Amino acid sequence: MIRDWFKSGSPWIWLNAAAVSASLIIVLGLLLLIAVRGLGHFWPSDVMQVQYTQPGNTAVRVIGERVETELVSLENLRSAGFTLETDQEHVERHLLKTGNRDVLGSDFRWLVGPYLSAKSFPQNMMVLERREWGNLYGYLKAIKENGKLVAEGEQSWVELQQRLDRALEIFEQIRDIEKGAIGDVNYAIEDLRLEKRRLELDGEDSPENLKVIVAERQQLQTEYQVLQKQLNELYQSINRDSLTAEVMDGRTVDIPLAKIVRAYMPNDLSVFGKIGLYFARLWEFVSDEPREANTEGGIFPAIFGTVMMVMIMSLMVTPFGVIAAVYLREYAKQGPLTRTIRIAVNNLAGVPSIVYGVFGLGFFVYFLGGNLDQLFYPEALPAPTFGTPGILWSSLTLAILTVPVVIVATEEGLSRIPRAIREGSLALGATKAETLWRTVIPMATPAMMTGMILAIARAAGEVAPLMLVGVVKLAPSLPLDGNAPFLHLDRKFMHLGFHIYDVGFQSPNVEASRPLVYATALLLVVVIVILNLAAIYIRNRLREQYKGMES
Amino acid sequence: MFIESLSRFFTNTGTSRFQWRGIKDRVTSVGMGVGGISVIIAIVLIFFYLLYVVFPMFIPAGMDKLANYARPASQLGQTLHLAMEEQNEVAVRLTDQGHAVFFKAKSGAVMDEVRLPVPAKSRVASFAHGRLSSGLFAYGLDNGRLVVGQYKFEVSYPGDRRKITPSIEYPLGKNPIIADQQKRAIQQLALRSDEEQTTIVTVTEDGQLQLTHLQKEESLLSDDEDSAQYEKTSVTLPTVEGIKSLLIEYAQQYLYVADQSGHITVIDISEKSEPRFVERKRVVAEGTQINRMTFLTGGISLLIATSTGEVMQWFPVRRDDHYELTFIRQFSLDDKTAVTDIETEQRRKGFVSANAQGLVAVHHSTAHRTILSEKISDYGIQHVAISPRADRILAESADHNLHFWHVENEHPEISWAVLWDQVWYESYQEPDYSWQSSSASNDFEPKYSLVPLAFGTLKAAFYAMLFAVPLAIMGAIYTAYFMAPRMRTYVKPSIEIMEALPTVILGFLAGLWLAPVIETNLVGVFAMLLILPLGVLVFALAWQQLPATVRGAVPEGWQAALLIPVLLVLGWFALSISTPLEAILFSGDMKVWLDHHFGIGYDQRNSMVVGIAMGVAVIPTIFSITEDAIFSVPKHLTFGSLALGATPWQTMIRVVLLTASPGIFSAVMIGLGRAVGETMIVLMATGNTPVMDFSIFQGMRTLSANIAVEMPESEVDSTHYRVLFLAALVLFVFTFMFNTVAEIVRHRLRKKYSSL
Repeated sequence: MIRDWFKSGSPWIWLNAAAVSASLIIVLGLLLLIAVRGLGHFWPSDVMQVQYTQPGNTAVRVIGERVETELVSLENLRSAGFTLETDQEHVERHLLKTGNRDVLGSDFRWLVGPYLSAKSFPQNMMVLERREWGNLYGYLKAIKENGKLVAEGEQSWVELQQRLDRALEIFEQIRDIEKGAIGDVNYAIEDLRLEKRRLELDGEDSPENLKVIVAERQQLQTEYQVLQKQLNELYQSINRDSLTAEVMDGRTVDIPLAKIVRAYMPNDLSVFGKIGLYFARLWEFVSDEPREANTEGGIFPAIFGTVMMVMIMSLMVTPFGVIAAVYLREYAKQGPLTRTIRIAVNNLAGVPSIVYGVFGLGFFVYFLGGNLDQLFYPEALPAPTFGTPGILWSSLTLAILTVPVVIVATEEGLSRIPRAIREGSLALGATKAETLWRTVIPMATPAMMTGMILAIARAAGEVAPLMLVGVVKLAPSLPLDGNAPFLHLDRKFMHLGFHIYDVGFQSPNVEASRPLVYATALLLVVVIVILNLAAIYIRNRLREQYKGMES
Repeated sequence: MFIESLSRFFTNTGTSRFQWRGIKDRVTSVGMGVGGISVIIAIVLIFFYLLYVVFPMFIPAGMDKLANYARPASQLGQTLHLAMEEQNEVAVRLTDQGHAVFFKAKSGAVMDEVRLPVPAKSRVASFAHGRLSSGLFAYGLDNGRLVVGQYKFEVSYPGDRRKITPSIEYPLGKNPIIADQQKRAIQQLALRSDEEQTTIVTVTEDGQLQLTHLQKEESLLSDDEDSAQYEKTSVTLPTVEGIKSLLIEYAQQYLYVADQSGHITVIDISEKSEPRFVERKRVVAEGTQINRMTFLTGGISLLIATSTGEVMQWFPVRRDDHYELTFIRQFSLDDKTAVTDIETEQRRKGFVSANAQGLVAVHHSTAHRTILSEKISDYGIQHVAISPRADRILAESADHNLHFWHVENEHPEISWAVLWDQVWYESYQEPDYSWQSSSASNDFEPKYSLVPLAFGTLKAAFYAMLFAVPLAIMGAIYTAYFMAPRMRTYVKPSIEIMEALPTVILGFLAGLWLAPVIETNLVGVFAMLLILPLGVLVFALAWQQLPATVRGAVPEGWQAALLIPVLLVLGWFALSISTPLEAILFSGDMKVWLDHHFGIGYDQRNSMVVGIAMGVAVIPTIFSITEDAIFSVPKHLTFGSLALGATPWQTMIRVVLLTASPGIFSAVMIGLGRAVGETMIVLMATGNTPVMDFSIFQGMRTLSANIAVEMPESEVDSTHYRVLFLAALVLFVFTFMFNTVAEIVRHRLRKKYSSL
């Protein structure tokens, strides 16, 4: 009976079905894994306090968030020097995020399960998210103003919240001045320097011209002094308050409120409280700048950089891709040459992206950029302006990478339009240009949009070429700001995909950065999945539309 | 008149509007043409630009004559040594009467001449020079003393013009150094000096080898060079008969003595007070003489110029517990004329040789090439010098004329053999394939073999295809042929999403999540290979036995959906028995067991992880094309086969698959092209070490990852830069060829279908 069943071929069909199931499991599993780990990063977890007793030592108090648990074989532990009296084959080991890197030396610690005792979740355990040195876990003891005690014990928490709000506001003001006003002044001073150099190179550095520049510089210096004074006042005011906390080894530390981003008591929060904090942290992730070598804070510059680059790229790729497709389909003679060109264009979509990166580096950056520098920016030399990787060259490189996608999609759209429509238009006396502009291209617009969306989706995810032509780990400023010419095409930028690579593999603190990598990956995947689903939807709609037209 | 026609143009009469529309039409077609062609040119430009950057590596080098003049200050003696400075403006000639003549290299005009402190009653008996970049030299006198000097060229810019001022300095003091207490004449000399110590070996007229060692004493009081104190030791070395020349190794640990019988004796002088004989080796055939002996830059390889027209390269190779001087390769010019002088390039592993017929040749050791050879004089060449930047050659011929030539030799390190063959690199025990493009020191020998990288690329692609092809093709077969149409509308978008996933994400998941999981559950992963298919078959059999009502609940063609929970359970089961199974079969740890019994090491980020990750990236590509091919097989073939009594499976295998096979082939080709070019996954999921190892548990470095890692740090237009472009070109050509073949096959398939 089994033999017959085998003969019918049914088992092989089942195995093939298993292959499909496996692929589906892989895809959905991947997305789920990223989603769970990524979204889970923002949930404020409870902070525990335990007593850790290693044989031969006194009990130590350890405070931290439990990050991970794993089973280790007894042998491994024994060979690492732990002595355990248990007959179990495997022992649990917990990874605790103890924070307090400035006091304890490292943020994370592995604790062996059997040595733990007296686990509790104290209500008044405080977590401080800081600008440097990571989180602080401890108990709030007192608030000080200018070194003098203002609140202690129970009242300190309420006091802290008020003063922290004030400190955060002042921090915003400081940041506005530093990044905004002072940044503008610096930019203007640098501009003056370049202008002076330009005059020297042109031989027009007469005393009158130089006097004008000196006068302007004076003015900027005075502006700077004013701002600096303002800044000093703000710094004085923000440094007024500080808090005292007791950390796990009993020491007390003083933390100025200027260094604190957020303070909360996780064990005390209700579910709503936690949800509120969750969304606050989620918002901070997408709107704030990175801290601590990209292992904390937000990824806003990366999002901005990716969006900016993709927009510039689509501005370049759409018109050129459409023109090339229209040329190939409508104007070129459909002979063997056009077929060869079409095959070449198709195959270029399959060329490894790193090859485009190499081409972009050699041709765009060094050759075109170098020459642009010689012609238009000689005053900045030897520091390159365009002769170095930047957002312009990145967008251009990705444009060349994705142009075949746009050409293929547009050509497909154009080929689906029935000939009858073109012939009818021409029969009615329209010129070829009018037929194109008024009839054919509007009908092909959905196909063009599909092409553009696919190009954007591909460009948002490509990292390899960008590593060579313009992406950096941390960009000091955005490509778009308030200083003329507003869009700085020579600046380097941050990119979501590269951020994932950098934070995951080139980060000094692997444990801290790992959840952030998942969160960034989740964002990237969500963006790309949405784009692709949109493209698929449009394409399916298109097919329905043209099915009707053909019959 | 003009206004009339203009107004006619702008009023809406029929003819003018017609003209305007005609102009628009023509402009559009021209514009479209220009735009379209320029985009196509831009795309094609990539290939030509890559070629343009790679091409200079293969242009032959060239030499041309700049000047020819009489030997400057000929009356001051015969030349013992020629050298040039960095800017190729000034050259120096050290004579056998104790003079240093500085002259302009291009014209021979004497700039300065310095009389070295050779005592009036002594004669110069021998000469040696140190490293060319230091300019150090020593004269051996006939009274057992030495004069040690150093030529220096100082560059200054008075009034914005370059001025080079040559001078002679005396780093060991102006007074002659006593090498032989018994005041015998020094017939042979060797010198090596660095900041801390100087070693001088002399051979006196009675054939005795002596070593003088000067150790600089640390001055606690002052850093003044002039008052530096030296501790001097003198030691007699083991006797060697018929010494012809001496050479001290750069670290002053070994002495090489060449004698007239064609042997080289190696003496260990690392303990200055206790020299030790190491070995005596015959380096040239009987009757051949060693004419010159010098080191290649880096001080590891010995170059030996012979009287029969060859230059041989030897270096010490480790054999078991000792080092043995081993013959590596040989360069010969055709005419078997004695080689009279060799000099090595200061910054590369190349050298120039000159022979008694007036021929000068430029060679590169690693690439084993004689790059140029040119007869520059009708007389034999007695001395030859090459500039520090290796772009000028200065030679003195037997008729006391100096010849100044320009050499254009930008990329001598590259040859076909260097890129694709085994090369015996310095300090290696045997010829090997290696990629090590740069290091911190100037003396490094760059190793540009593309073989480890190509091997890594193919290995990664192979494991990826091993994982992807079965899953993709089997999945496509089911989706195109057996699956219910409604389910297909869910599956196809899911697979397209899989295709759209950025490879960065696949790479980081592979490196950060998958690699540790596989490492801890290695046995479970292998168990899955067995448990999953068997489990599915068992489930299928059980499903058959269930009553029809239960089976009817799941409509035909939805087996894939049914199998999802089954596979999940089976997978979980395989992983959970991983640890107990490992304890039973491999006494607790499979990796340790493998290492113990088979010597197979385990790397956490290895080919298996890469194979799975890259397989996931490649599956959707192969899947969609195969599915398309199978779906487009005309239905009447299927109907005919079924009507003749075949089962659906038999129809699939014998009819549909065979018909669609070109499409499947093309899908696999495109998938392979994609796997070969993948960068990010490999960058993140492997150890990125260029090793050539077939083991699935070791990592690799691929061509694409190598480019991504090394390109930002390579010097523009250097050989390294161009070799990276060559790697990119190789990738480009490879994937382009594959894709073209696949496209042509697919095109033919479509035509075949339309005829069916």
